[in-house]
Amino acid sequence: MTPALRVDAPGLHTTVQDFGRRGFQHAGVPVSGALDPVALALTNRLVGNADEVAGLEILYQGPTFTIEADGARIAAAGARIDVFGDDTHAIPPLHSVSVRRGTQIRISVLPGTATATVAVEGGFALEPVLGSLSTYVRAGLGGLEGRVLREGDCLPLTKSAPEPRSERHMQNPALPIPETIRVLPGPQVDYFEDATFASFLSSTYLVSQASDRMGMRLEGQVLAHAKAPEIVSDGIAHGAIQVPGSGLPIILLADRQTTGGYPKIAVVISADLPALGRMAPGAKLRFECVTQEKALQERRSAQDDFKRMVRAIAPVGARLPSGSDLLTQNLVSGVVSAEEC
Amino acid sequence: MATAFNSSPRFLANGDTALSVEFGQSIDRAVAGRVVALARRLAEEGIDGVVETVPTFRSLLIHFDPDIVTAQQIEDRAELLLHDLTEQSGPSRCWTVPACYDEAVAPDLQEVAEHAGLTGAQVAECHASETYFVYMMGFLPGYPYLGDVPAPLVLPRRTNPRTRVPAGSLAIAQTMTAVYTLESPGGWHLIGRTPVPFFDVWNDPPALLAPGDLVRFDPVPLDEIGRIQDRIRLGSFRLDCQEVAS
Repeated sequence: MTPALRVDAPGLHTTVQDFGRRGFQHAGVPVSGALDPVALALTNRLVGNADEVAGLEILYQGPTFTIEADGARIAAAGARIDVFGDDTHAIPPLHSVSVRRGTQIRISVLPGTATATVAVEGGFALEPVLGSLSTYVRAGLGGLEGRVLREGDCLPLTKSAPEPRSERHMQNPALPIPETIRVLPGPQVDYFEDATFASFLSSTYLVSQASDRMGMRLEGQVLAHAKAPEIVSDGIAHGAIQVPGSGLPIILLADRQTTGGYPKIAVVISADLPALGRMAPGAKLRFECVTQEKALQERRSAQDDFKRMVRAIAPVGARLPSGSDLLTQNLVSGVVSAEEC
Repeated sequence: MATAFNSSPRFLANGDTALSVEFGQSIDRAVAGRVVALARRLAEEGIDGVVETVPTFRSLLIHFDPDIVTAQQIEDRAELLLHDLTEQSGPSRCWTVPACYDEAVAPDLQEVAEHAGLTGAQVAECHASETYFVYMMGFLPGYPYLGDVPAPLVLPRRTNPRTRVPAGSLAIAQTMTAVYTLESPGGWHLIGRTPVPFFDVWNDPPALLAPGDLVRFDPVPLDEIGRIQDRIRLGSFRLDCQEVAS
């Protein structure tokens, strides 16, 4: 029997995602990939995977699984893991857990969080499509049959049991959600008056319910076009902020199309892209314009932050002998050693 | 005779991980030829840190890793390459694609014909008379923007887009024609259907066309679509592709 996670409830929109599908944008294939690659890298580290191994990305409401393997080691970000059974308990975010065959677990997305991530030790036994396991639902590419998870699905695992070692957790776990997003002026910033750009930078926007993996739609200050509200279609960078005829900006995310015909007023700096993946509808944000030099500095700084977060990953504490251990073991001739579980 | 580019493109930052090289402001064969020529030259050169490039109508978007290369370094290399580039250097592929313009698979043919003051058969003949240039791919995997459509067939997009356009639909809007590579919402006028798959992840490369290619449509009757699909399933269908010097 192939080790697998059986999907008892799929959640609202659960897909397999890695760091994305590169090299085919010239053929109209979007990059896709995790909205929050930092969360994916950290959960992977917690279960002992390489950073880029595909995990599950969960939007708004998480799935429930039954373990159909001898065991599986799992970690989540942006959610707690509810483990059901005789001893129902919750595992906090950024804390790995190993669960045995037949155990049912539910990924419970934390309030105020839009995106949760789950990594499984060893990852999924799925075939890459165009070099990636990322799911692009619109074209049915990648992941599990190119779609969101459904009830009854079996997600095949590469490992049938967890490695015998301690669980890991992140001390002081926190994936920040900033309120200020740094941007660079966009390639069509000249399609807007200076006063309009200034008003874009001084307004508070709200993340709209209508946001999805393709784009974060914003509500707030409408931006008037000084020229036509359309351009001859050109390429789209990750984090490009387009302003269609409505005047409301849209930040283009993982499933963005490769080309587009709306003017781009600004582009989010690469250091701030993972944080966008954490923002839920109703969240407030403002934009700050920075220089290329500052953007690169912030990118390096984000890489340092990631290294700090990785250093904060530690084995879960030594298992102290329980009362029953003390009663059943002969303490006279030896010392009970505190072993890592 | 091909001539070297006679004007400098604009280099525009697209955030800190992409740089656009813009050759013009409009849809123009010569401009698009320059975009494709630069894309091909950059692919030959292989600049370390450049992840991929995306040719579009009048600009090339270069996606790069700023941990490895800077935008300025890419700009400097591109400018050197542009000095001795001619438009569309190298041969192009010219594909002949069977397409059926029968009303059964062309729901907007009559409407287009009325707009153009032609019969449906004349619209088909007019559309199939042109050799189209692949300006770029976008919107869907493998979806090609082909131009330029003959003048009588130029009309704006539908006022009521469809929520579902069948895969293989041949469509027109403004000066472009395209093929829907998979079922999708769409706002273009549907004037035919082709059984040829334009995108298949198990092929290498997965997209049939590439920017810079040429395409002709060969009108076939309705029952031919089924026969071609059978041959595709049996692996015995070969698409006509000629190399042409540019």
